[in-house]
Formats: sequence, C-alpha cells, structure tokens
Amino acid sequence: MSELKRYERPIINKQYSGFMNKFGTSPITTPKTEIDGIAVNHLVEQFGSPLFVMSERRIRENQRNAYRIFKTRYPKVQFAWSYKTNYLDAVCSVFHSENSWAEVVSEFEYDKARRLGIKGDNIIFNGPDKSREALVKAIRNKSKIHIDHFDELYLIIEITEQIQMKAEVAIRINMDVGVYPKWDRFGFNYENGEAWQAIKRIMANKNLKLVGLHTHIGTYMMSAEAYRIAATNMALLTRSIRDEYKHLLQYIDMGGGFASNNTLIGQYLPAEQVVPSLEQFADAISSGLFSLSFSAEDLPLLILETGRALVDDAGYLITSVLANKRLSGGKRALIIDAGVNILFTSFWYKHKISPAQECGVYQEEAAIYGPLCMNIDCVRESITLPSLKQGDKLIIEHVGAYDMTQWMQFITLRPNVVMVMEDKSTELIRKAETLEYIIERENLPAKFQKK
Amino acid sequence: MSKYMIPANLAVSDTGFLFMPSTGETFTLNEIGRDIFKLLQTGLTEDEVVSSICEKYDCDASTCRKDLDDFLGQLKNYSLLSEL
Repeated sequence: MSELKRYERPIINKQYSGFMNKFGTSPITTPKTEIDGIAVNHLVEQFGSPLFVMSERRIRENQRNAYRIFKTRYPKVQFAWSYKTNYLDAVCSVFHSENSWAEVVSEFEYDKARRLGIKGDNIIFNGPDKSREALVKAIRNKSKIHIDHFDELYLIIEITEQIQMKAEVAIRINMDVGVYPKWDRFGFNYENGEAWQAIKRIMANKNLKLVGLHTHIGTYMMSAEAYRIAATNMALLTRSIRDEYKHLLQYIDMGGGFASNNTLIGQYLPAEQVVPSLEQFADAISSGLFSLSFSAEDLPLLILETGRALVDDAGYLITSVLANKRLSGGKRALIIDAGVNILFTSFWYKHKISPAQECGVYQEEAAIYGPLCMNIDCVRESITLPSLKQGDKLIIEHVGAYDMTQWMQFITLRPNVVMVMEDKSTELIRKAETLEYIIERENLPAKFQKK
Repeated sequence: MSKYMIPANLAVSDTGFLFMPSTGETFTLNEIGRDIFKLLQTGLTEDEVVSSICEKYDCDASTCRKDLDDFLGQLKNYSLLSEL
C-alpha cells in the first residue's frame, strides 16, 4: 500500500485584482517548533496550554547589549529594572544579576524589590502614589525618591522633620519634546518654571538632598530625536543647579519608553522597519547630555529605566487552537485558548504569531478569537495563517512586557509561566491559578453558608 | 445523501487555479481543495468524496467530513456549487 499523503484542511481563496502591497513582511510559513532549544510540544505536555515562556538567555543578551550600547557612548551608565513591565521574581532576579537596580512605582513593587534583597539605595521609587508609610520606609532605606507633585514634596518635608532623617530625592520633570501626546501629567513642568520652583524648594530644605533629575517622556517612543531634546533640557537644568547652588547631581534618569519590535495596530509598516534602534536612542541621549560640558569626574550617572525594549522579545505565549469556524461573510476564524485577559497587549499590538508544528504552505486570512465569552476577546482581527486544526499550537511572540503584570483573572484561570534557563532546563516561575487560590480571598456571609 | 452540481465550463488547473468564465472571478485551491473539487465535478456524493480523500491522505473520516462541510460552505458562498 502506498504511503498516505499529509492531510490539511481544504482551502479556497478568492483572488482580488489590484496593486500588490510592496510594504510589510511576507506571511509566516516557517513554523516555530521550539523555544531556546526546548520543543514546544514538550513544554505543553509538561506545563499545559496556554503557557507563558520566558527566556533567560534572551533577557541577559538584551541587557548586556543595551549596557554596551550606552556605555560606549556615555561613561557612567546604570540600568534600573522597571518592575511594572514584568515583576515576576525570576524575571527581576535575572535583571538584578545583570547589575540592574530596581525601579518601582508602588509600595507593593517596593516591597517586592526589598524581598529580593535589593539594597534600599539601589531602588528608585517613582509614581504619583506613595503613601506616608511607603515614604517613611523609603527614607529610612535611603532609597531614591522621585517626587511627582508638590503635595508629595511637602509630605516628605513633614516626614523628615518627624523622623529626623534626611531624604534623598529627585524630581520628575515633564517637558515638550515635540511628540504627541505630551506627557504632562507626571512630575513638574520644565517650560513653565515649575520644575525650577521645586528644585529651589528642595535646595532650601536641610532635610532634603537633591541627588538627581528624572524624566520619562512617553511610552513606545518612535522618535529618537525626542530623547535628544529631553537629554539636552536635563543637562541644562543640571548645569543650572551646579552654577546656582554649587551642587553636583549624582545622576540624570532618562526613564524608559523605547519602543520594542512589536508592530502597533494601525501601523502600516512592520515595527522592525520603523522603530529606532537602541543605538539611535543612545546616540540621541548621549549627544543631548554633551550640553552638560562637565569634566569627566563631575559627569552625573546616566540612569535608564528601560523595560519593554529589554524584555518584550524574551516572552512567548504558547496557545492551542480550540476550534475553526466561519464568520458570516465566509472569513475564517480561529478560537484559541488564550484570551485578551492574559494577552492585554493584543489591544494595541499586532504580535508575530507562528504555527508551532509543520504546516502546509497554503495560507488563508483568519481572525483569532480567545476563549472568553465576550465580544471584545479578539486577539487579532486579521492575519494570514496556514491551515490549522483543533489542538494545533501557535506561538505568540514578544509578550514579555506588561502581559504578565496587566493580565487579569477573568472567567478562567491564569496559566503557568515557565522560564527556559541558560542551561536549557525549564523552571516553573509562576504556578497556574486554581479555584482555591481565587476563592481564598472571598468571604461568604454566614446566612449563605450551607449547614 | 447530498449530491452537488458545479457550474459548467468551470476550469480548475492541476496547480489549483480556478477560473469562472461567466464572472471572470479567479480562485486558488490547496491540493486537497483541488482534489475535492475535481471529485465533486465527477458527481460523487459527500460520503464518496470522504472515502476517496481518506484513501489518499492521512486523515480520519470524521475530520475529513467536518472539513468538507466547511469547504462546501465556502464553495456555495462563492456560487461555485449548488445542492441537487
């Protein structure tokens, strides 16, 4: 008997005449069957589907590469890992082992960093919400408190008087760097003199030590030039503080916001063609800082709170096809076992999505929906994919940033997260949730309890 | 058992290129799609198409029937097929 041929679903595609699209990338025909040398099937057998997978190797490569890029352009560089981007202990620990400090924006994140053994003075405390208790903690630990508004500044002054301790502070500065939307809701404004007013107030107080200046001009920034403008303004302000108060700042913190290689929804060209490289961002920042005109020993430390650009491509989501179906107009739809509740970034990214097993070369346009019984649960409105059957696996790439912090438990339980280690072993770094885990926090009033 | 009629003078090539002269529309079929289309042109019933495909390809009858249902729906949607 002759050998049977490989089966795939029958497909018919209507051809439309018109101009060919000369932009964009070609459809994905090559399956991605492994992550860092570990077979996707093996991972799913061991840890289930859906499954988040983090790559230790990629995180380290990204961090070392970023450090090299900045260090070759500016002599004093320090990275601080942005906890909100991904605060799983294992992920933070990889960054800390690459000498990154911690950059936190809440007391919860602050406590998480301390739990991981980060020294207080290696924690940058950002954000508009710092309670009195959190500020006391940060002052006692000599953490670097980045003040967001005057109410916070006066609260810190009050606390330092009460506990008779000095606080190490910086101010967050917002400014017009020529991009829209202008981020002016955080910190003190540069152009209208508010920032200088805050600096004067701090310099006049014996309990406050101004150690740095901080800015964070936006997120997913696609213009390196904006960073040059911001770095120039920061340098000018740093020089004014030296000239006015004979006071040298320890650091300039340029925040984060570098875009990753994820393509935005509505973006015509793929990200790899339009997103500036880290080298371009580093060139812009270092050239802006040249406005300091300081001697080498007086140069402040350049702190970077890069998050997304360091971790996005180190995260993968393995998901399984639950069903194929047709929409009313004949368009194919795939239902997968990962919804927008765990893939929050699908609201603004067109992720790279690849089949995880051998497949035919014939492709068909499809929509991808998650398993939630909600109309908003659309992972991708339109993508060209080969034929897939129930149980086939897909890999959604570049999901290392924000998905594991902004995810929510909704209708179903959040899945396992594993890390593929440098030695190719796999570690479970966050267990899948269980019903018991969810109801542990609930309390059923006595009158509803079954006797 | 359903039998289907395919409009006359529809041409499908060995590479799966399909041309409908009456409207000028063109379609492409993958290999299995092309095989099924040619089987339907010969007047086979659904069951006969499923048997024939399972003899040639590595699939079970249930999967093949499920996919055939979907494929027939597509053909009807494009007016390439009508039920007798």
